[in-house]
Amino acid sequence: MEKERKKVQKPKRETESNNLYDVSCLFFQKGIMGSFLLISIFGLLLRVSVSLHSYSGAGSPPKFGDFEAQRHWMEITTNLPIKDWYSNTTYNDLSYWGLDYPPLTAYQSYFHGLFLKYFDPNSVSLFTSRGHETHFGKLLMRWTVLSSDLLIFFPAVLYFVFVYHGGNRSSGDKSDVAWHIAVILLNPCLILIDHGHFQYNCISLGLTLGAVAAVLSRRNLLACVLFCLSLNHKQMSAYYAPAFFGHLFGSCLRRKNPPLEVLKLGLAVLGTFAIVWWPYLHSRDAFFGVLSRLAPFERGIYEDYVANFWCSTSILIKWKRLFTTPSLRFVSLVATTLTFLPSMIQQIVAPSSKGFLYGLLNSSFAFYLFSFQVHEKSILLPLLPATLLAMELPGVHSMLLMLCALLSMFPLLCRDKLVVPYMALYASSILLYLAPSGRRHIKKHLPRPMITFSIVTIHFVCSLTFHIIYLTIRPPEKYPYLFEAMIMNFCFSHILGFTVYTNAKQWMLSRQFASGDKEKKLD
Amino acid sequence: MYEFSSEKKEREKPGLVAQRRRSYRVSVFVSQFLSSMEDQRKPEKNKTSTTSSLLWFFGISTCVKLLLIPSYHSTDFEVHRNWLAITHSLPLDQWYIDKTSPWTLDYPPFFAYFECILSFFAHLVDPKMVDLEKGLNYKAESVVLFQRLSVIVCDLVLLYGVYRLSKNFSMGFKERVLMWVLVVWSPGLVIVDHMHFQYNGFLLGLLMMSISYLMEGRDLMGGFIFAVLLCFKHLFAVAAPVYFVYLLRHYCWKGFVKGFGRISVLGAVVAAVFAAAYGPFVYHGQMQQVISRMFPFGRGLCHAYWAPNFWVFYIILDKGLAFLLRKLGLNIPVPAASFTGGLVGDSSPFAILPQVTPLTTFIMVLLALFPCLIKIWKNPQPRSTARWIAYAYMCGFLFGWHVHEKASLHFVIPLAIVAGNSLEDARHYFLLSIVSCYSLFPLLYEAQEYPIKVLLLLLHSFLMWHSFSALFTEDATAKAVVSAKKTDRQVGLKGSSSDFVGKGGFHVGWIGRCYLFGLLVVEIWGQFLHPYLLGEKLPFVPLLLISIYCALEIMYSWIWQLRQIMVST
Repeated sequence: MEKERKKVQKPKRETESNNLYDVSCLFFQKGIMGSFLLISIFGLLLRVSVSLHSYSGAGSPPKFGDFEAQRHWMEITTNLPIKDWYSNTTYNDLSYWGLDYPPLTAYQSYFHGLFLKYFDPNSVSLFTSRGHETHFGKLLMRWTVLSSDLLIFFPAVLYFVFVYHGGNRSSGDKSDVAWHIAVILLNPCLILIDHGHFQYNCISLGLTLGAVAAVLSRRNLLACVLFCLSLNHKQMSAYYAPAFFGHLFGSCLRRKNPPLEVLKLGLAVLGTFAIVWWPYLHSRDAFFGVLSRLAPFERGIYEDYVANFWCSTSILIKWKRLFTTPSLRFVSLVATTLTFLPSMIQQIVAPSSKGFLYGLLNSSFAFYLFSFQVHEKSILLPLLPATLLAMELPGVHSMLLMLCALLSMFPLLCRDKLVVPYMALYASSILLYLAPSGRRHIKKHLPRPMITFSIVTIHFVCSLTFHIIYLTIRPPEKYPYLFEAMIMNFCFSHILGFTVYTNAKQWMLSRQFASGDKEKKLD
Repeated sequence: MYEFSSEKKEREKPGLVAQRRRSYRVSVFVSQFLSSMEDQRKPEKNKTSTTSSLLWFFGISTCVKLLLIPSYHSTDFEVHRNWLAITHSLPLDQWYIDKTSPWTLDYPPFFAYFECILSFFAHLVDPKMVDLEKGLNYKAESVVLFQRLSVIVCDLVLLYGVYRLSKNFSMGFKERVLMWVLVVWSPGLVIVDHMHFQYNGFLLGLLMMSISYLMEGRDLMGGFIFAVLLCFKHLFAVAAPVYFVYLLRHYCWKGFVKGFGRISVLGAVVAAVFAAAYGPFVYHGQMQQVISRMFPFGRGLCHAYWAPNFWVFYIILDKGLAFLLRKLGLNIPVPAASFTGGLVGDSSPFAILPQVTPLTTFIMVLLALFPCLIKIWKNPQPRSTARWIAYAYMCGFLFGWHVHEKASLHFVIPLAIVAGNSLEDARHYFLLSIVSCYSLFPLLYEAQEYPIKVLLLLLHSFLMWHSFSALFTEDATAKAVVSAKKTDRQVGLKGSSSDFVGKGGFHVGWIGRCYLFGLLVVEIWGQFLHPYLLGEKLPFVPLLLISIYCALEIMYSWIWQLRQIMVST
């Protein structure tokens, strides 16, 4: 292992001295904290400027969009007693954006609702505030997202980077560390969905990221608590559950007293859940009432157009017509399990930090591709571990994945009138990969330059034509969703490819380690 | 198996680490030195990498500008839209006469021609935008998008200006990058051009181009572009004396025959530019009208929000004296006129101090410029032109008539060229650019833009702080490495190098730090404490505080620049 490390270190030094013409040499000389501060200010600037634009369902009664849903939850939580939040009463019409996220989201809505109530009572008054859309109201709502992002996601990124790169005086190239921070913080999809479309993904993803960092620094209990909080904010965080389970279980098995370790973690999980669900634990009805709100199984297998397996293959096989919803539910469950199982088993057998990050990526890919009821916004979940692995994955791959994710949300963002910020952030994420560190990164991992180059060219040409076609040409009357379907199939093919690649990568990892261990024993 | 944690470091002995670090630093220094030698031999590669990096910087700033499209825009937005309509729908002889909108055309003819060209595209986008009557206060999405995009595209001129400066000027790579950061990512330009709405990036790009030609020694070209710039916006004329003296001495003062020839060439070029601009209006016999539109002396000494300049102190002194004398029992009448209004008859806005007229301000500006002009005549060096021109705009800003706070960009942007020259310059630029950006804050008074302007300023200050530190600390470290090697190998390099860093590194000093802290206090007072404690009372106090506080730094900076110009050889 030591030998390998030395080998890895040497080329780093060479690149550092070659960077005389690296423009970032001026900015990132002050360690992780300095770089983080600089990049986070820029990230905030991007977020605030995106928030100037429109949001989902702006000016479109009667149902509006996600913005109105979040505002309505604030209205409900600030005006009704806690036990009525999830139940259909005369004051709470669940058919109009009823709460369907776990209790932590409700608490968060409550606190944000109090903030809104203080500055603008009209915006959260019961019934009369439905469809409340004022300039000031929008501003307040935007600031709630911004502050949650700043208070949860940003510190989590800092924690992760500190753990990953080994403290403020890390041995790695400073501009590489800065680039890694930038890739995680300036994730264009997250910015567009949270600060443009309007959601609070930064909270659940930030909690997950904190849990990941805790796992990497071996604070397993903290990791459990943070991940449970994340699950309780958005049930979608369950996409990561197999990886967390696999890794934590696997590492418990290697400790001195496995049953005790597992018990400790189990208690932490149960305790966190009990605290968050406390108001609904007094009766069975209340508990199951909330639970039934969280599992929207009556909805279809996918919503709108998603770049996953069911939606993309529905052009050839009409899943919704061939199968009933319950049977589809079962089929998708089996397919998802089969897809995430290999990576989970790998982590139980050989838990490692890198393998854990790959496991997060693979299990969230599995859920995105095969699970029931997937949104186009769910691409954010695989994207987070992909950005965490930016230093590991070949530069071309992580760039293409980022751009694919963006493209898969393009129809959604078009509906939200967010085309201008979409284009600006699309350009900025390409520029991020063209920054000196990014460019070095792409060059470093280039196995066959000609093939990669042609793939990238084909990708860019295709996505450019898709963008132009989608914006300018009207689809034929007979197939109104023709272009969406084309875009989704394009993205699906990429994402499927990535899934195969990263799964293979994870398994190769364990083989590498196995051989490394053997060598060590022989020495 | 936890390969990410810092176990490796803990395992290694501390002494070994220090030794490695030492040898590592030396090796980095040597390899940097070697590669810099190599680089001089390979200017080709360097050039391409320079261009692509500059484009990268510009690309990032363009992304931010695109995102800012829906932000607040001032009445200047409607002003420019109206000019599009005037130049599109009226014949040339009506341009400076039309009074349909209160926002009449008051820029020189080249700008009007520029608007005329833009209006051709505007007509293709949305015909209503260029309609004189129907288009009044027309604010559809298409108009916002078109006008904002036109500003973003016109910034290409600024890019070219910066490119020219960095291509030909013998700067180190880091200084060049520093200049791009300061100009291409200038927060002031973003606030004024891309939020408040104006075309300063384009005009300052012309100025940068002109300076780059002067620095190369191509004086005629520099003079020509400056003449063109004057026909775009006459406010840039403050630097005309500097150009005049410099060109006369450096370009024309070459013996009688040659000199006379050069004077006539230069004169002919400038005359041709002005003829191209004003010729049509002279032909229509409207020069009087054009000039009266361009110089509205009906306006007051100060703008509605007082720009942080000399006159702020003058007014405060007057008020203070009047207050004191009234306390002493003297009968001082309260002046009827206001500073921001025009000259109404003979009434003076001052209670005690003498009246200030446009002529007074004109003479003051010339007087302030005078030492600099003498210096130029004595020692006309191309490499100092940027500083002189910036100084001229500083004089205009401090002593001019009806100065706008936006005019501070005119000296902050050219000063960026010399900011990396020395540690002292860097320190002054650091404070000056922060203050100039801060003095623009009142332009954006809505809550929505508050975080944006604060973040822009913070980002700019941190970028400056990091890059100045990297620029000046590294030089010091390199020196320390060499000296430590020479003098003593045993005493441990770390101590001596940190000493050097302490002496040579970038810092603003305790006065600077106190001043910046005061800036924070002023902002917190104006934004939060004042409305909370005093409510609606004395609404002008926060703005007044900003003006006075920023004026302090700009006056100091002006004196420092003057001293620097006089001392330099």
